[in-house]
Amino acid sequence: MTLYELPLNEVGIVKDINCIGNIRRRLLDLGLIKGTPIIPILKSPSGDPTAFEIRKTIIALRKEDSKLIDLK
Amino acid sequence: MGLTSSSTGSNLLNKELMNIQKKCDFTVAFAGNPNVGKSTIFNSLTGMHQHTGNWPGKTVSNASGICNYNNRDYLLVDIPGTYSLMSNSQEEEIARDYICFGKPDATVIILDATCIERNLNLVFQTMEITKNIIVCVNLLDEAKKKKIEINLEKLETLLGVPVVGTIARKRRTLKNLLNVIEQVCTKKRHLEPNCITYLPAIEDAILLLTGEVNKITPQDFKYINRWICLKLLDDDQKIIQSIEKALHISLHSDKIIQKQNDARKNFTKIDLDSNNIKDDIVSSIMKKSEDVAKQVCTFKNKEYNLRNKKIDKILTSKKFGIPIMVAFLGIIFWITIVGANYPSQLLSSLFNILQEKLLALFYFLRVPTFITELLINGMYKTLAWVISVMLPPMAIFFPLFTLLEDLGYLPRIAFNLDNYFKKACTSGKQALTMCMGFGCNACGVVGTRIIDSPRERLIAMLTNAFVPCNGRFPLLITISTIFIGSYFTGMTSSIVSTLCVLLVILIGIFLTLIISKILSKTVLKGFPSSFILELPPYRKPQVGKVLVRSLLDRTLFVLGRAISVAAPVGIVIWLFANITIGNVSILTYIANFLDPFAKLMGIDGYILSAFILGIPANEIVLPIILMSYLATGSLVDIDNTFAIGEILKQNGWTLLTGINVMIFTLLHFPCGTTLISIKKESGSLKWTLFAFVLPTICGIILCMLTTGVWNLII
Ligand SMILES: Nc1nc2c(ncn2[C@@H]2O[C@H](COP(=O)(O)OP(=O)(O)OP(=O)(O)O)[C@@H](O)[C@H]2O)c(=O)[nH]1
Ligand SMILES: [Mg+2]
Repeated sequence: MTLYELPLNEVGIVKDINCIGNIRRRLLDLGLIKGTPIIPILKSPSGDPTAFEIRKTIIALRKEDSKLIDLK
Repeated sequence: MGLTSSSTGSNLLNKELMNIQKKCDFTVAFAGNPNVGKSTIFNSLTGMHQHTGNWPGKTVSNASGICNYNNRDYLLVDIPGTYSLMSNSQEEEIARDYICFGKPDATVIILDATCIERNLNLVFQTMEITKNIIVCVNLLDEAKKKKIEINLEKLETLLGVPVVGTIARKRRTLKNLLNVIEQVCTKKRHLEPNCITYLPAIEDAILLLTGEVNKITPQDFKYINRWICLKLLDDDQKIIQSIEKALHISLHSDKIIQKQNDARKNFTKIDLDSNNIKDDIVSSIMKKSEDVAKQVCTFKNKEYNLRNKKIDKILTSKKFGIPIMVAFLGIIFWITIVGANYPSQLLSSLFNILQEKLLALFYFLRVPTFITELLINGMYKTLAWVISVMLPPMAIFFPLFTLLEDLGYLPRIAFNLDNYFKKACTSGKQALTMCMGFGCNACGVVGTRIIDSPRERLIAMLTNAFVPCNGRFPLLITISTIFIGSYFTGMTSSIVSTLCVLLVILIGIFLTLIISKILSKTVLKGFPSSFILELPPYRKPQVGKVLVRSLLDRTLFVLGRAISVAAPVGIVIWLFANITIGNVSILTYIANFLDPFAKLMGIDGYILSAFILGIPANEIVLPIILMSYLATGSLVDIDNTFAIGEILKQNGWTLLTGINVMIFTLLHFPCGTTLISIKKESGSLKWTLFAFVLPTICGIILCMLTTGVWNLII
């Protein structure tokens, strides 16, 4: 399952980050590594982007990126 | 927001800073994740007024200030917030280069007490490039509210560097920080940072390289040998080059390349992907941070974030998200419109009284009539108009907007609007810079540094002037009050005026999106890159402080510009209006020359020349228009919007003129300061010119369209 498919308020565990380049680096910097728990908590009015709780902080991601993150 | 921030330029290692550094006893850098309170602490210690705001990316350029403690001068340097030191974005490079090569005597890393885990990441990374670290756990009040307990002593033991707790908004909590800074700078305290230990394979590889590296690094940079080895293993060319440049060494010698290859061969032997060393490095750091955070933080209340989440649910909801945003903006305008009236009238009467006195004085001193008229009718009146008509709305709008910013609402706006910006093929962070544009377009342009993709950044810069800045609001407000609000009375009048201004703003936002899209499909072709934005927790703004501070800031700023720009322009206009060639004044010549074109746009030559003369500062456009109409006539006292309306109507203004002036106020060339900022930020004259032409053409076309349609119908 990808992060994009994870329903709101359910906990997912990151398995793989398939993004490349800059975005990948940014996500790693924000503490998103293999094994990190992640919870989608908000959707923007138009449904995209979605905000996720990662390590006690809230980070918004577009669906193009969240589709590239695989969950266990 | 605001033009008062003293800093420009992004290079922290510049000469100027070095010179101040020499005069001070010690240098201390302030680093940390975005939005943890670095600037707040910096301000409190230096007595400076760097702008702060509750969103990541508020500070985009460095600032330095001096703090005296126990008779020693400390040069404090406020660094833009970064999540890490490993990437190659502009602000990370600035931070990394300064901490590593600028050799501050101490580097204070500020942490957000409510998310220590993520913040520690940066601490461990910084430990690899400098030994003199002080960890400052800030926002302890927020942590307390959320029932998060942090064991600072234990953190100190685990990290091996001094740890202090602070609440940036409470000055006395910073005393402890200063104490520790003193101890570290004067070497009274011995630091033994507990650096990360990586996977055995990586540690072996570091050992393999370290000998060679040690041979070439200068004596006072031995501490970073280990870090250099890591970068060599990772083969991050950009960082390697900046190391080479700063230390004047070459890391591309045959011997080093040989060792590098050996190390990589070893990696493949044990199935470690040598292309992804960075991932392993990051994971090790993150795991260690997680581990340390677990040991020092206790969450007494699992639902600590509940209230924040509830508010977010409403402010970003499908049904209410966007309407609430528009409503917020509307309320701010309404308060501005209603609130500006009273101080405006008061100021006008004061200026009128003062004018009588000045006239009497000039008469008494037998000043020649020409000089009296020039100074009073030309300079004084223009100055008085800028201050009495333009200043009050500016001084009211600005603090209100700052409150929203301090609350943490801006990132939510970006979150709500991102999808539209994505459709325009740009970054949602453009919404943030657009919002800054409401305060000041020049600041919005500088703020575009938070956008990583150069293409999207340029688009954000070029379109920033499509939202009216603080200097243009009063004009919009005055015109809509005169030509539209005046059809109604009382409360309705102010509400209608508000809606009218709101409509103009929405058109501006709409055009920002359309033009961004057009640019993305033509001259600046490209796909939307990603959007990663942190939504910080809402924080209670320091209402009193924000109001006073930003009111003062704005007032001083406008007063300064009134004196430096409005006064001289007033003199010039008066001269233009009163020096005649043949029987016609120069001003009339110019106006007549522009008139045919202006007529097509549904305005007149005087208005167009006022906009052109208003390039140095937009808030002088209306005063210039009034001046041009009145300069040759006798003195007229203008003490309210009604009187201004009468003058305009006597000079042929209709509802159509009003509408067109509002359109052109929204869409014309950016002011001088903004253009200079665009030149600086884009480094290109071509794009600066483009930024000048783009909104102007939009404005001209739209005005002509409106006039055409109007003339067809009526
Ligand atoms: N309650 C509380 N709020 C704080 C504290 N420190 C800072 N703030 C608020 O947090 C927000 C962010 O502060 P800044 O000083 O702008 O943060 P920064 O680290 O400079 O942020 P960037 O420039 O974006 O990297 C502001 O609204 C401050 O008023 C604190 O100790 N307690
Ligand atoms: Mg700051």
